[in-house]
Amino acid sequence: MKCDFCDNKATVFLTQLVDGQMKKVCLCDPCAKERGVTDPTGFSLADLLLGGTVPGKEPAPSSKSHGSTPGGGRKCPTCGFSLDDLRRVRRLGCSDCYSTFSDEIGQMIRGMHKGMTHVGKVPAGLMAMQVLHQRIEELRSKLDQAIASESYEEAAGIRDEIRNLSEIKV
Amino acid sequence: MMRFSTLVKHPADWMTGGQGEHGAVLTSRIRLARNLRRYPFPGWAKRDQRAAALDFMRPAIEALPAMKDAFSQELGDLTAVQKQVLVERHLISREHAARGDGSAAIIERRQTFSLMLNEEDHLRMQAIRPGLQLGAAFAALSELDSELENSLEFAFDPSLGYLTTCPTNLGTGLRASSMLHLPALVLSDQIGQVLQAVNKIGLAVRGLYGEGTESLGNLYQISNQSTLGESEETIIRRLERVIARVATHEQNAREKLMEDDPEMVADRIGRAYGVLRHAHIIDSKEALNHLSLLRLGGTLGFFPPETVIVCDTLLMDIQPAHLQLHSERTLSPEERDAIRAKTVRDRLHSLDSPDNRSTTPEKNPPVDPTQPGDP
Repeated sequence: MKCDFCDNKATVFLTQLVDGQMKKVCLCDPCAKERGVTDPTGFSLADLLLGGTVPGKEPAPSSKSHGSTPGGGRKCPTCGFSLDDLRRVRRLGCSDCYSTFSDEIGQMIRGMHKGMTHVGKVPAGLMAMQVLHQRIEELRSKLDQAIASESYEEAAGIRDEIRNLSEIKV
Repeated sequence: MMRFSTLVKHPADWMTGGQGEHGAVLTSRIRLARNLRRYPFPGWAKRDQRAAALDFMRPAIEALPAMKDAFSQELGDLTAVQKQVLVERHLISREHAARGDGSAAIIERRQTFSLMLNEEDHLRMQAIRPGLQLGAAFAALSELDSELENSLEFAFDPSLGYLTTCPTNLGTGLRASSMLHLPALVLSDQIGQVLQAVNKIGLAVRGLYGEGTESLGNLYQISNQSTLGESEETIIRRLERVIARVATHEQNAREKLMEDDPEMVADRIGRAYGVLRHAHIIDSKEALNHLSLLRLGGTLGFFPPETVIVCDTLLMDIQPAHLQLHSERTLSPEERDAIRAKTVRDRLHSLDSPDNRSTTPEKNPPVDPTQPGDP
């Protein structure tokens, strides 16, 4: 069997539970060493899999970029916190990091909490915004229904209402 | 502004109120994590950015009516012992105590609110109440939080809620916890089962002191883990229900022990009494475990009910930093063990032996928890 990262013969086989799923990775000796796989304390298959180095899809990172993973240099434009930093400390640099790394955070928090969407207290000023947001969402699904049932006149009315509400938001 | 010595002179009301309906529940604590928009989180901020965030938050907090004449200090201005005293009182976290300039603690006069500035998050606010009062503690803290909103803009996302440094606190930013005293569940070997059941429904349980599964003084803390996807009210209601149930289990276990094995109970409590009244050298571990049994004795009628308050106060006062604070100097561990033993002996000076109590229960004078007995 070939190594997932190069063409050498795989000698190290890893199986771990990642997000409740069995994941398997095959590596050759040098690749395993380079990724710290042989150190049982410091290695998580999740890092390898989530690190974008999807076996077979991307070339193995050059040994020059030791300590960083592909795409890991991506930085938050507000505070300069990088994806590598996030993977290392599992924390964020500023509140804008949540939009910069929204995909990665989405993966991180899956299974961490009871849900994925906030329920509960909202800062007072944002309350009005939230109500508005919800109203627009409702109208959008109504619009879809209206279009589906070919009630185009109704749809046009809803569309105008959405447009008006969206302007308030801006 | 309040001085440190004034702040810690007396035990807080919440330290001595763990009686009533759920006697096994000592305290209820609510913590909310909040961050400022437009400032990098404290762990990533540069020194001057951290200082700027602190300068921005501090006046807003000090201006709150509830924080009038509060204790407010930068951590760099406190000694190691002072910081440790605040940790032992659960007013600041161990992590926060490790910080210096650029981080601060603002603590309300009666120690019911304490705010950590530039901990892991810009703001970690806490409210403590005696007994099982998570709902009341949250209501009070939420009001403080809403007032702060008028002057500080917190980082919030409609879908992820309050944005925190660590995603484990996202959403409500709420950590609700209670401290429980569960000696009968430990003595009757049911503690493992109960804690496992609590764990299974997604709540965290840990011993308050000690490592791993070992818990000194039979003290446990139960708290929520999930902060996203459920409202504050839902989280708190579930916790209160579970904690009340655990407290009932403990109560039943106490009654059953007294029924099944009164001699064993009397022996344990009597030995604890003997050691605490007469020891001259005692370490924290031994003292905590015996105080736990003395406290149990207070609820089972071996001692006057006020004994529970004496024990709860001692729990705090026998900790290393508290001993050093009262001695006004640094103590070696050996000195601490001797002073700890003396503190305990002094406080329990007027506590009569349970053997005398069964015949003349009226003769026990009430014990003032804040005053040491005559030497």
